[in-house]
Amino acid sequence: MAHGPQPGFKRWLYTTNHKDIGSMYLWFSFAMFLLGGCMALVIRAELFEPGLQIVQPEFFNQMTTMHGLIMVFGAVMPAFVGLANWMIPMMIGAPDMALPRMNNWSFWILPFAFAMLASTLFMEGGAPNFGWTFYAPLSTEYAPPSVTFFIFSIHIMGASSIMGSINIIATILNMRAPGMTLMKMPLFVWTWLITAYLLIAVMPVLAGVVTMMLMDIHFGTSFFSAAGGGDPVLFQHVFWFFGHPEVYIMILPAFGIVSAIIPTFARKPLFGYSSMVYATASIAFLSFIVWAHHMFTVGMPIAGELFFMYATMLIAVPTGVKVFNWVTTMFRGSMTFETPMLFAVAFVILFTIGGFSGLMLAIAPADFQYHDTYFVVAHFHYVLVPGAIFSITAGVYYWLPKWTGNMYNETMGKVHFWLAFVGLNVTFFPMHFVGLAGMPRRIPDYALQFADFNQIASMGAFLFGAAQLVFLFNVIRTVQGGKKATAEVWDNPEGLEWTVPSPAPYHTFSTPPAVR
Amino acid sequence: MASESSYYVPEQSRLPIFATIGLFLTAFGAANWINGGSAYIFFAGALAMATVLWFWFAQVIRENMAGLNSEQLKRSYVWGMGWFIFSEVMFFAAFFGALYYIRNFALPWLGGEGDRGTSNMLWQGFENTWPLYVTPDAAVHGDAAKILGPKEIIDPWHLPLLNTVILLSSSVTVHFAHVFLKQGKRSAFNLWLALTVALGALFLFFQAEEYYEAYKHLGLTLESGIYGTTFFMLTGFHGAHVTLGTIMLLIMLLRSVIAHHFTPDDHFGFEAASWYWHFVDVVWVGLFIFVYVLGA
Repeated sequence: MAHGPQPGFKRWLYTTNHKDIGSMYLWFSFAMFLLGGCMALVIRAELFEPGLQIVQPEFFNQMTTMHGLIMVFGAVMPAFVGLANWMIPMMIGAPDMALPRMNNWSFWILPFAFAMLASTLFMEGGAPNFGWTFYAPLSTEYAPPSVTFFIFSIHIMGASSIMGSINIIATILNMRAPGMTLMKMPLFVWTWLITAYLLIAVMPVLAGVVTMMLMDIHFGTSFFSAAGGGDPVLFQHVFWFFGHPEVYIMILPAFGIVSAIIPTFARKPLFGYSSMVYATASIAFLSFIVWAHHMFTVGMPIAGELFFMYATMLIAVPTGVKVFNWVTTMFRGSMTFETPMLFAVAFVILFTIGGFSGLMLAIAPADFQYHDTYFVVAHFHYVLVPGAIFSITAGVYYWLPKWTGNMYNETMGKVHFWLAFVGLNVTFFPMHFVGLAGMPRRIPDYALQFADFNQIASMGAFLFGAAQLVFLFNVIRTVQGGKKATAEVWDNPEGLEWTVPSPAPYHTFSTPPAVR
Repeated sequence: MASESSYYVPEQSRLPIFATIGLFLTAFGAANWINGGSAYIFFAGALAMATVLWFWFAQVIRENMAGLNSEQLKRSYVWGMGWFIFSEVMFFAAFFGALYYIRNFALPWLGGEGDRGTSNMLWQGFENTWPLYVTPDAAVHGDAAKILGPKEIIDPWHLPLLNTVILLSSSVTVHFAHVFLKQGKRSAFNLWLALTVALGALFLFFQAEEYYEAYKHLGLTLESGIYGTTFFMLTGFHGAHVTLGTIMLLIMLLRSVIAHHFTPDDHFGFEAASWYWHFVDVVWVGLFIFVYVLGA
């Protein structure tokens, strides 16, 4: 057990160490974030002016599709898994993940899967061009030949996610230090336990729906063809049965990160710990019975519209509990605003804006107007960018001193925050307006009256993109050196990870710590 | 002994990266083959994958026999298998859910019933029946239709009933095998496990027979509209899982017969395979009810 990391690249190929694997997930995620971000910038550059300037509509469609797929499956999900790998064993006092070799396998599948997905850009007929939601029959009868490679890359990404989740659940349920009861676990661990459950429940459904596509395209089945008695709307039902829990997969771990950061910098314990746990579980449960709110305009019976509308609105209750608890934690706290806290506070405010626009979209009759407009784009970017991405960033700044043993540059961190904060609001806030005014999403051209807001959004997008380079530079500098961090790093933070030295030794908790 | 009290974290391992390469070649090769390319990459990948799994399981077995696995570590494997089976349940749920939606919503609407009955205006003359002998395509285009329904379907009370009996019995036999293993009666364990494997193979034989009948005489194929689609996809994926389960149990049998693996209180490899077997059995009960009996 006392062995340290092997020298050279073999360390990364053969590793069974949760910290190594966590780092690889995080770097991979950042690479995908930049790749998906570049695609977003192609989109924004084209939309800077009405008319067609830079790319052809066919390529524009490939960009919107690949941007979505890469950000969801390549950037956000692996980043959370990376944080889980690094932090969960340290937070629960375990020596490593429960199944270390499978852990390595889960990671290494991803670069191969995304290489396969990205290679479709160079194939005859181009990359998938049917949107990241790949609705049939656009993704079946009318799809480019590369769709087959897309399907199989989704399959192996799913295998990676399922194995990763099994590992996380086994770790949390089986590897906690004595005395670490479930209701003493840090919220990040709780949210990941529930997220992993969601992943195991819905990734197989995604595998099912892409299998149905494969069979319809190549083997003559009729799942999504009305001529044979199937129904294209079936695709949407199965897809969103995966897709809606997937949305929470991308936000529940964020709740956990923010619930760790806010108490530290407010210097108060988290308000309402157990209500946080129950709220997370409620959100996860509700996520299974709201999927058709993505399909209000598809033609559903009125009973369906009403059920999915009310069930969706119900989610506002546990989410409200969470926001209330974060605000109450900060209330009368001795707050300081280091970079992680800035990102966390921005998370609470901006995620709430995204939540409110979600509530607007939940109203079925109103959704008939909003559906497939830029209002939807504004909504989900407000929950994903200042939601998922900001929380990941906050988590990286928060735990980076623990990982590297060095403090990051605080000034540069603050510069990163303000550039990103301004950039994202300038990008996405105007989209609400053009959306409500009727600008459709996923179209490379638009009517003249939308030009002003689109130009503002495009400038914001490039600012947001540039901000990430500051982040990259700051992280690299911190890995290389800098002011030494103490074991506690912050002012009396809670959690087992702060009881080990910084940087955390290669193996932590070979013998379980005592938990009060 | 230190290894008894602490959790064994394996040294670094080449297995995962080779497994990744195997899986990637399999997936890439499958896509390439389906798109009209050569099949070699797929088979090379599948072979690599099988080889890696062989060595991987061998290593895990060696570690366990060397006493490296504490009680706590063994529980990780138990949780792992349990959640893996849950993911399989959800995979089948997608296809059962599709069948439910087609029969209870999509087809009635296409046939002009219910809230969305206006769908029928696109397929005038189509009537909702199950089994769907006349597809919407056939109802509208007659002889020019591309997607025709099946001429006949499988009678649930012959081969499928027999297969139900076979598979349910095999769940009982594998349970007896487990009981004898726990009592330390190895020859009885081997016998009952062999019987289970034989029943699994027999099930697969009859399933193949049924498919042959369907294709040869009944006009029931993967391409015969949504009935054929749901029938073959559900029973086909189940059959694939029975095949895998039979192979798993066969390997457990060979491990016991040849290598004398498993002790009365340490045999999770076998137990995991038997869980998997019970799981495919339960899926079959669902299939027999919802695809065969209620589908006839």
